Amino acid sequence: MMGAPEMAALAPPPAPSVKPPLHTISLFVNNKPGVLVRVALVFSRRGFNIESLVVSAGAEGRFSRMTIVCSGNSDDLGQIIKQLAKLVDVVHAIDHTSDESYETEVALVKIFSAIDSRTHLLQIAEHFKAKVVDYGNDSLILQVHGPSEKLDAFIDLLRPFKLAELVRSGKLLMARGTRVT
Amino acid sequence: MTKKIPTGGEVLVRCLEREGVEYIFGLSGGAAMPIFDALVDSKIKLILVRHEQGGTHMADGYARATGRPGVVLVTSGPGATNTVTGLLTAQMDSAPLVVICGQTISPMLGKDAFQEADVTGITYPVVKHSYLVKAPADIPRIVREAFHIATSGRPGPVLIDLPKDIGQGPCTAPFTDVLDLPGYTVPGRGDADRIAEAARFLRDSKRPVLYVGHGAVISDAGKAVTELAEKLRAPVVNTLLGKGAVDETHPLHLGMFGMHGTAYANKAVADCDLIMSIGGRWDDRITGRLSDFCRSAVKIHVDIDASEFGKIIQPDVAIHGDARLVIEDLVPQVEMADTAEWLARIARWRKQYPLKYPKQGGLRAQHVLDRLNEITAGQAILTTDVGQHQMWAAQFCLTRYNRTWLSSGGAGTMGFGFPAAIGAQFAHPHTKVWAIVGDGGFQMTCSELATACVNKLPVKVLIINNNYLGMIRQWQEMFYDNRLSGADLEGNPDFVKLAQAYGAKGLRIRRPADVDRTLREAQAWDNGPCIVVAEVVKEDNVFPMIPAGASLAEMLIEKPKHRLEKPSGST
Repeated sequence: MMGAPEMAALAPPPAPSVKPPLHTISLFVNNKPGVLVRVALVFSRRGFNIESLVVSAGAEGRFSRMTIVCSGNSDDLGQIIKQLAKLVDVVHAIDHTSDESYETEVALVKIFSAIDSRTHLLQIAEHFKAKVVDYGNDSLILQVHGPSEKLDAFIDLLRPFKLAELVRSGKLLMARGTRVT
Repeated sequence: MTKKIPTGGEVLVRCLEREGVEYIFGLSGGAAMPIFDALVDSKIKLILVRHEQGGTHMADGYARATGRPGVVLVTSGPGATNTVTGLLTAQMDSAPLVVICGQTISPMLGKDAFQEADVTGITYPVVKHSYLVKAPADIPRIVREAFHIATSGRPGPVLIDLPKDIGQGPCTAPFTDVLDLPGYTVPGRGDADRIAEAARFLRDSKRPVLYVGHGAVISDAGKAVTELAEKLRAPVVNTLLGKGAVDETHPLHLGMFGMHGTAYANKAVADCDLIMSIGGRWDDRITGRLSDFCRSAVKIHVDIDASEFGKIIQPDVAIHGDARLVIEDLVPQVEMADTAEWLARIARWRKQYPLKYPKQGGLRAQHVLDRLNEITAGQAILTTDVGQHQMWAAQFCLTRYNRTWLSSGGAGTMGFGFPAAIGAQFAHPHTKVWAIVGDGGFQMTCSELATACVNKLPVKVLIINNNYLGMIRQWQEMFYDNRLSGADLEGNPDFVKLAQAYGAKGLRIRRPADVDRTLREAQAWDNGPCIVVAEVVKEDNVFPMIPAGASLAEMLIEKPKHRLEKPSGST
């Protein structure tokens, strides 16, 4: 583009891209239609992005569990928690962002790879205790679990290969000891 | 003889009777027919409205005037979507509504059936809670829950979306009073330690201000707050919606504060060393620029909704509970504060900066409202629309009793005032009810003149007619170099003739000399609605004014000579 270098010289240095911080929230909710929408609206109205969301049945069928990882301004998080707790169908909402809860996540990764060139790939998989759950002629699927950060590192290492598909469960979390999730 | 199995619609109506519903404000349609059919055999009075928005505001006016839930019944699709503005209005101002919408038959849900709309989906952001009924057996439980949720804690609107097949089909479910809502608790008394902490702060304060919001009205905290103010010798200010909790003619009362509040109320708030919100939510209309708001004052916040703590203002003491119960617990713990000097300062401000308006140069809205205040003497229920007339009414019409001032605050819904007055008049047939409206807002819901006339309601409508969207014109004059854009209401009807066309009485005020006589004539008129059109000067402005986003200290007592920057605050 004509004149682009000069423009670049005049422009202020690009601001380092600051990613909004991640927060982890657990919700104990009534297992009723519409709950997910009500919860999602609390986030979207305040400009928060939901990074991952896991919904599953609780120990009693009438309740469900939601584990939500979201990104947004930390100052607004308290308000989000209060607004969630205010919903009639939310029994409780807890911020686990900085507590010592047990966290885990599962990822499935599909890689296109010829059968005779997988040695390096399988070494990485072994190091991360990933399991090969589908072994085909032209592709394989690896299953790995552990903290989300470990999964991030694993996936980054796989990127130079032909990483065809990635499915992650989203973070699962449980408060340690007798504390409530 | 076999006993006839009732329909879902009939069970729904029985449930409403069990809840003590007197009136339903409704407009029928295909999907709601089973419910309307069941109403034929009910003692509940159906008020047929002319537009669903009007119906929601009537129910809202009924609710605000009584504290009891207002009930609306409409059909699916456009009937239901027409309630959205009313739902928002009620949600923003915590008014208890139960809105029942017909819906297409269950098998057609999501298939673009005639008059189908995903009403539950559309309304999520504007309701306290909502239900899509999926089985007739759920009706008694859902109705009980809906009324409980609408009226308890911080009240709000609850929507029930009822598919036609469920309203029409057999329903054998028994009535229930059991509430099983594990995610919903109703706060009551405040934490004793927090209340004691508040009492200590109040004891040490030299310049306290009690700030009364809508929560005090809803919880009927006025008597306790008045006791607190008298015991402390502390001045009281209220928000637009807090009017009436504490008698505005009380010597310690400084009237409304905020954007168009009295100068002395705003000066007191700007200079206080302690401000205690009793059921208020530190709305942007009252705080102005937050970074400058009561910077060095201790902030105590009493609220029934925990999500209000820290939403706008970080309180020094947050007391979670019902305003009346909290203040009743607080009163015995406080002692008379040393506020003599503070009250003397406020008295000087009151003298120096009174509310005023020019007495010459044609008919002034302020003059009309000042006289209305004199003539109604706090004994009437006043409702308003939104705009200049609303602010002038808030300034000049002093509210003496709880639930006698009904105005759309949070949502700022034009078209609210007249239907809300109809609802209030149904609730209180022997009380004088005045809707104070502008020519703009009135035309948004004036089709309810038919509803008022057919029910022979002696509701009075005072139209402050300046043939403008007056507040828009004021802002454009002050902040946009008087470049008027979409402010001129050229084409207004002759409102007296409009009233007469519906069979209502129509009166007109043109000159200041006519004000008293005409207002008294309307006040005495009991034979159906009476419209009073006050043809006021076209270009008048509401003062005092704090431009949106400015600090309280930047309050304009009168129109400045210099050009003003465009306001930075919200709307």
